[in-house]
Amino acid sequence: MTQTYWRMILRMVAGAVALVCAQGWQPAEAQLRIDITQGNVDPMPIAIPYFMGPSPKETTVGSEMVGVISGNLSRSGLFRPLDPKSFIQKADAIGTLPRFGDWRLINAQALVTGGVTTEADGRLRVEFRLWDVFGEQQMEGRVFFTRSDNWRRVAHLISDKIYERLTGETGYFDTRIVFVSESGTKAARVKRLAIMDQDAANQRFLTSGRHLVLTPRFSPAMHQITYLSYINDKPRVYIYDINTGQQEVLGDFPGMTFAPRFSPSGDSVIMSMARNGNSDIYVMNLRTRAVVRLSHSPAIDTSPYFSPDSQYVTFNSDRGGMQQIYVMRASGLDVKRISFGDGRYATPVWSPRGDLIAFTKIYKGRFYIGVMRPDGSGERLLTESFLDEGPTWSPNGRVLMFFREKPSDSRGLGGGSRLHSIDLTGYNEREIPTLGDASDPAWSPLIPLPEGG
Amino acid sequence: MRKVSMGLKLVGMAAAVFLLAACESTPQGGGAGGGGGGGGSGSSAIVPGSQADLEATTSNRVLFGLDRHDLTEEARAVLQAQAGWMAKYPSVMVTVAGNCDERGTREHNLALGERRANSAKDYLVSQGVDAARVTTISYGKERPIALCSDESCWSQNRNGTTTVN
Repeated sequence: MTQTYWRMILRMVAGAVALVCAQGWQPAEAQLRIDITQGNVDPMPIAIPYFMGPSPKETTVGSEMVGVISGNLSRSGLFRPLDPKSFIQKADAIGTLPRFGDWRLINAQALVTGGVTTEADGRLRVEFRLWDVFGEQQMEGRVFFTRSDNWRRVAHLISDKIYERLTGETGYFDTRIVFVSESGTKAARVKRLAIMDQDAANQRFLTSGRHLVLTPRFSPAMHQITYLSYINDKPRVYIYDINTGQQEVLGDFPGMTFAPRFSPSGDSVIMSMARNGNSDIYVMNLRTRAVVRLSHSPAIDTSPYFSPDSQYVTFNSDRGGMQQIYVMRASGLDVKRISFGDGRYATPVWSPRGDLIAFTKIYKGRFYIGVMRPDGSGERLLTESFLDEGPTWSPNGRVLMFFREKPSDSRGLGGGSRLHSIDLTGYNEREIPTLGDASDPAWSPLIPLPEGG
Repeated sequence: MRKVSMGLKLVGMAAAVFLLAACESTPQGGGAGGGGGGGGSGSSAIVPGSQADLEATTSNRVLFGLDRHDLTEEARAVLQAQAGWMAKYPSVMVTVAGNCDERGTREHNLALGERRANSAKDYLVSQGVDAARVTTISYGKERPIALCSDESCWSQNRNGTTTVN
């Protein structure tokens, strides 16, 4: 090992991963790079030999990590992990410098190498490097220290580093999805809050299913989820604390509160409240508990969502006679309709990059997920089915997740709801392998890595 | 912020007790009060003021048009009958649940169900029912009664359903 390391100790909320960055790679020009703004790009061939360790225990972890990394990169649609059987240079022979010629022969554009060892205190030490095979240089090198049961998270962090170096975009693999898990017949559906990693690993329930729950959303710091629950037959917005498991009703409103989302700062929750049958949009400051009413129409105003700079709110309203998407200032002033196509438009969700609003469109009995610019121009439909609804953005604004319901037969069978994802390009649609039926997904931000010294 | 565990206020506790009583099957001879007429096939009598009594008197459900919350003539007639029945049982409290078909987005439908429930409630009140006796709730598209995915079911699922508390 010739590199000198500078050390960043990062304490994790879940699992204490320490990260060390390997210096020394030159930021070369004419680097290996994928343009992810193109639709249907040729996936980049990438070789990821198993991360070897000194004992079978570490090698097992290393091979499982490579499985997670390969799965992430493959599902992104931008990479094509090569079959390990085609590798000429074997993993245990790579050492500190690969034989690039061997990897060029199998046409690997990028190569990921790594190793796993166990520290004296029992933690795993995971090292990885990303190589430009044709440029014959290291593009990235990092060392992580982690609890041995936390290797999956390190695999996601490594996946993000690879994605970032090769696309120039922030990654989205070290993230979670909160959603509603569904079971039972259509007439007596049981709905529970559930959470999982972005790759559908570690699925677990957050609520028991005794009460109907809908539309969960993460707080920006990810320690809270806001959602709608029918506890006590009073549909109200609640906040669930992931660390304590405690659920608290938000505020003391005389009518149904619903459609909650956190503001980008996490300081407030924007939602709808129904009063005498009329739904308007309100925002509640979580510290002062002050409530401000933002919309004043006799129409249905709901599904509000802040722009990432907190300056604007988009929502859907039928004030013009039909459900359409509007944008207003966060003060509630300057309301403008932005959707003008045929059909009904709903569930506007601002991209984390700020450049687009994703939505559900209903037209001639079909449902679509689409995107448009915040001024309503450039509408593009990405999906279509009997019922596609409720898009949510990956934190880098490149992938959308939504739920899709199938129609039921006369006995109410054959329906069911699953989560799907699709690239912003309109390609790479995939079903998410949840354990059961699922709906109302919300994608988390990147899991926080607190500043280290 | 109110803790759920502490904040469970059992609003309408008296009504809940009433419901329990109403659910018990009365063995024969429950003729006290005369009920609302109709229904009740010989073997088991209908408890006056109960859900079964309401449904024996009139429909407990009114239907709405696509994406609409205004009342049809038929719906008004049903609600008039419900109001007349409630006038006979001044202690009865009801909940009107607003429901929607599956062809709208979830949150819009929650709001639409709220409108439907309130349309029905407003009409009951206009027919002399004390507003305090009618609670509303919206289930949006969460509680379909007809399960197929075509208009024959969707038209049934766009409803306001009155339930004795």
